[in-house]
Amino acid sequence: MTAPLHLPPGRIEERFEDKKPPYDEAEAIAEANRCLYCVDAPCIKACPTSIDVPTFIRKIATGNVKGAARTILTANLLGQSCGQACPVEVLCAGACVYTTWGRDPIKIGRLQRFAVEWALMKDPALFKPKPPTGKKVALVGAGPASIAAAGYLALEGHRAVIFERRSIPGGLNTLGIAPYKMKGDEALRELSWVLSLGDIELRTGVSVVRDGEAKAPGEIAARDLLAEHDAVFLGLGLGDDARLGIPGEDGEGVIGATAFIERLKADPRLTLEGVRRAVIIGGGNTALDVVHELALLGVEATIVYRRCEVEMPGYEHELAAARIDGARLIESRVPLEVIREGGRVTGVRFAAAEKGRAIAGDEEIVPADLVAVAIGQSRATAVALAFEGVALDEKGRVVVDPATGRTGHPRVYSGGDCVNGGKEVVNAVAEAKVAAAAMHEAMTAAGAAAAGPRAALRGV
Amino acid sequence: MADLSVDFAGIKSLNPFWLASAPPTNTGDQVMRAFDAGWGGAVWKTLGNPIVNVSSRFGGVDYGNTRLMGLNNIELITDRPLEVNLREIREVKRRYPSHVIIASLMVETKEEWREIIRKAEDAGADGLELNFGCPHGMCERGMGSAVGNEPKVLEEIARWAVEFAETPVMVKLTPNIGDITEPGEAVVRSGAHAISLINTIKSLMGVDLDRMVPLPRVGGASTNGGYCGPAVKPIALHLLSQLSRHPEIRRLPISGIGGIATWRDAAEFIALGSTTVQVCTAVMHYGYRIVGDMIEGLSDYLDEQGMKSVNELIGKAVPQYLEWGELDLSYKVLADIDPAKCIGCQLCYVACMDGAHQCIHLPGRTEAEARAAGHTHVPAEVPDRAALGKGAPAGARVPFVDEVECIGCNLCALVCPVAGCITMKEAPNGAPETWNDRIQKGTDVVPGGLEATAAARVRA
Repeated sequence: MTAPLHLPPGRIEERFEDKKPPYDEAEAIAEANRCLYCVDAPCIKACPTSIDVPTFIRKIATGNVKGAARTILTANLLGQSCGQACPVEVLCAGACVYTTWGRDPIKIGRLQRFAVEWALMKDPALFKPKPPTGKKVALVGAGPASIAAAGYLALEGHRAVIFERRSIPGGLNTLGIAPYKMKGDEALRELSWVLSLGDIELRTGVSVVRDGEAKAPGEIAARDLLAEHDAVFLGLGLGDDARLGIPGEDGEGVIGATAFIERLKADPRLTLEGVRRAVIIGGGNTALDVVHELALLGVEATIVYRRCEVEMPGYEHELAAARIDGARLIESRVPLEVIREGGRVTGVRFAAAEKGRAIAGDEEIVPADLVAVAIGQSRATAVALAFEGVALDEKGRVVVDPATGRTGHPRVYSGGDCVNGGKEVVNAVAEAKVAAAAMHEAMTAAGAAAAGPRAALRGV
Repeated sequence: MADLSVDFAGIKSLNPFWLASAPPTNTGDQVMRAFDAGWGGAVWKTLGNPIVNVSSRFGGVDYGNTRLMGLNNIELITDRPLEVNLREIREVKRRYPSHVIIASLMVETKEEWREIIRKAEDAGADGLELNFGCPHGMCERGMGSAVGNEPKVLEEIARWAVEFAETPVMVKLTPNIGDITEPGEAVVRSGAHAISLINTIKSLMGVDLDRMVPLPRVGGASTNGGYCGPAVKPIALHLLSQLSRHPEIRRLPISGIGGIATWRDAAEFIALGSTTVQVCTAVMHYGYRIVGDMIEGLSDYLDEQGMKSVNELIGKAVPQYLEWGELDLSYKVLADIDPAKCIGCQLCYVACMDGAHQCIHLPGRTEAEARAAGHTHVPAEVPDRAALGKGAPAGARVPFVDEVECIGCNLCALVCPVAGCITMKEAPNGAPETWNDRIQKGTDVVPGGLEATAAARVRA
C-alpha cells in the first residue's frame, strides 16, 4: 500500500476547528435517546445510501456502538466522511420529524461520526471478506466513488486495483471537504480502513490514457486495463476549475476554487500573507466553502454572485453559517476584469446584472488581494472517452444505466461526480454501491457460465 | 392558598412534606437546612447501635436521558454515635419547635427498645418510627425487614414500643412481603398509632459485565440493596391503597413513601390515603430545594379543586379503587388519532401490530398487503388521510384505527410522542355489568369445568 497515511504538517487546514466536534459518549447517548425511533422513518428515505438511521441511533442509545457502526457501514462504507461532510440539513436531519415540528432535529451526522469513529478506532475488523473469487476489477480515480466501490467488491472476494494519477488518494474526500467539517487526515484514515477490508491495491501516480498513448512510466492504456481486469469502474470525479475568461485573470492572485481548497488542505507551502480581502466569484457550495474558510481565517471575504440570493445553487444553511463567521454576499454582479497594479491583484471590476446579465454602464470595483473562481468545473472527459463504447451526455457526464452503473461498454461501469455532474460524497457512495453490485453479479454470472451450465445451476 | 397543615396521629405538621429516614436526615445541620427550605418534618436517619458501612453504597438506574429513575442503597442505619445524634435532635427541636422530628429507631432487644425510645423522646422527638423495613444488612441481624416480614414479631416489638413510648408510634413497613395487610393488621393489633410505607424494595441494581460483579460494587463483590426512586412509585401506591382500603388499618394515619418527587406524586399519595408523605431519592438527586415547588404545586392544585385544606384530599381516590371483578365490562373506549396532530411516525402502528391487537392500519395497502403485514381483520375502507401535524413529513399518512377490532387498550396513546394526538374516546356501551355480576348470574364461570362454563355462556 503506497497511500500516505498523513498529509505533511504545516497546512493551513490545521488551523480550523471542527464546527461539529466529535461527541463524547455521554453526549452521543443523550442525543440518541431523543430519537423517536420512527417506523418507516423519513430520515432513511432522505439518505441516498438508505442508512437505517433509527436503528443505528437506537444501538448507540443501548451502548451497542459497534452494532451502530455495522449498520451504518453496511449501507455506506464511507460512513465517517458522510457523517462529517453530508449536508444533513437537506438530507436526513432535514427530513427528521423534529425539524418541521419546530424542535431541534436529531444530530444524525454527529451520531454517525461518533459511532463510526468509535468503531474504527476500537475494533476496525467489523467485516470479513468472502473467499477470493479470482475476479479482478480496476478502478480509475481514488475518490469516494472508487474507494466505496473497491470496498464493496473486496468484501465480495474480488480483487480491486485502484489507479490514481495524484500522489494523494481520496479525491475530494481528502482534498475538497471544508476543513471545519473534515480534515484530510481523517479522510485518509477512513480510506486506509476501506483498503484493509480485503484484497485492494492502491496505485498512485498512475494515469489512464488512450490506447497507444501510454508511453511514459506511470501511464496505462485503457485497453490494457480492460485486458487485465474483469471489469473497470470509472470514478473520475470532475476536471479543473472553470475559468472566467476575462482580462487580468491569468497570473498570481487568481485561483480556481477547488485548486485553492486543495492547497489549503494539503499544501504546506500555501500562505495567505498579504491577503486582507478576497473576492469569491460564484454561487454554489464550493463558492460558499471558500468564502467561509477565508472568513474563518480572518480574511475579509466577499462572495459575488451574478444572480440574486434566492437563486444561489449553494445551500441556504451554508450561506447562513458563512455569514455568521463574517462572510459577505454581493448579489447580481458579473465580473468584467481583474484589476492588477504592477501584476498584483487589487480588485475586480463588476457590472451590475439583471437575471445574470450585465447592465451596461453600472459598474463598480470590489477591492481584493485574492480572487477565487468558483463557477464550476470542467468534465474529466478524456479518460472516459479512452474506453470504447463509453458515451458522454451534452453536459459532459458519463452516461450510465442508473440501475447498474454500466456504461456503453459492457465491462465498464461508472459513478460519482463524473456521472452525476457533481453531488455529495453520499451520492458517490450510493452510485458506487449500485455499480459494485452490478459488477459482482456480472462477474459471478460470467464465472458460473464459464464453468459450465451445471456449475451455473449450483450457483458456483 | 389552601391550608397545607396536617395532624398526623396527634403530631401537628406545617405541611405534609417530610423527609424520609435516609442520608438527607443524617445530621442536624442537614435537617435544619431542610427545614429552612420548607420541609414540614424529618424522620431522622435510623438510630440504633452504630454500624460500620461499606463503600460504595448506591447504585442507579437511568432511563433514556433521565438519571436515577431508580436508586438502590446498601447503606445501613446511622454510623454516628447515638449521643451525637441525640444532641443534634435536641438542638434542632430547640431551634425549630414548630417542625416535626420523628426518630427512626432500630434495635434488637426489649431492653434496647426501652432505652432508645426514652433517649429519643428525651431529646425532643415528636414521634417514633419503628424501622421494620430495611431489606439489607440489618435484616441479617434480625432487624429491619426481618421484623416487617414476620407479623407476629412485628406485633410484639411494636407493643413494646407502645408500652414504652409517650409520643406517637409509627411502624414503617417493608414492601418485601406477599400481602401487606398482614403486617398492617399486626400494627393495628399492637396498638401503634400510625403506619409509614413503603421502605425500599429488595433489589440488585445490575451487573458490571467486565468484572462480573453485581452493582453497586464493594471491592470484588456486591449484595442486594433497597430500591427506591420514581420507579417504585406505582408499587408504593398499590401497597398504600391496600392499607387505606382495609376496614381496620385505614383508621391509622399513613405516611406514604416511595418515589415521590413532585407535588403531583404527593397529591396522588394523599388521594390514596396518605396524611403525610416522605421523600428521599428526589432530595438525594436534586436537593432540599424541590420542596418549594411541591408546596406551591400542591397548594395551587387544592385551590383549583376548590379544597380549603389538604385534609379534604386525603383518601379521595380510595373509593374508586375496586377489585377487578367490580369493574364494568361494558365500558368501552376507542383510540382516536387526530390528523391535525399526527406526525406520521407510525409508532402507534408498530405498537398495535406487535404489542396489541393489530387494529391500526396503514392507508394505501391492498387487502392482500394488509393480510401479509399481519392483519386478520381488514376494514372495508381504510381512509387515506394526510398527517397534518407540525413535523409530519410530506406524504405522511395518518394510521387508521379499525374500531371494530380496537379493544381500547391505550397502548397507541401511550407510545404516541405528540401530546393529545391519540385520545381514547368513550364509545356507546351497554348497561354496566361486572365480572362479579356475571358470576352471580351464572353467565361467566360456573362450577363443573371448562365445558360446563362454555355451555352456560351459550345459554346466556
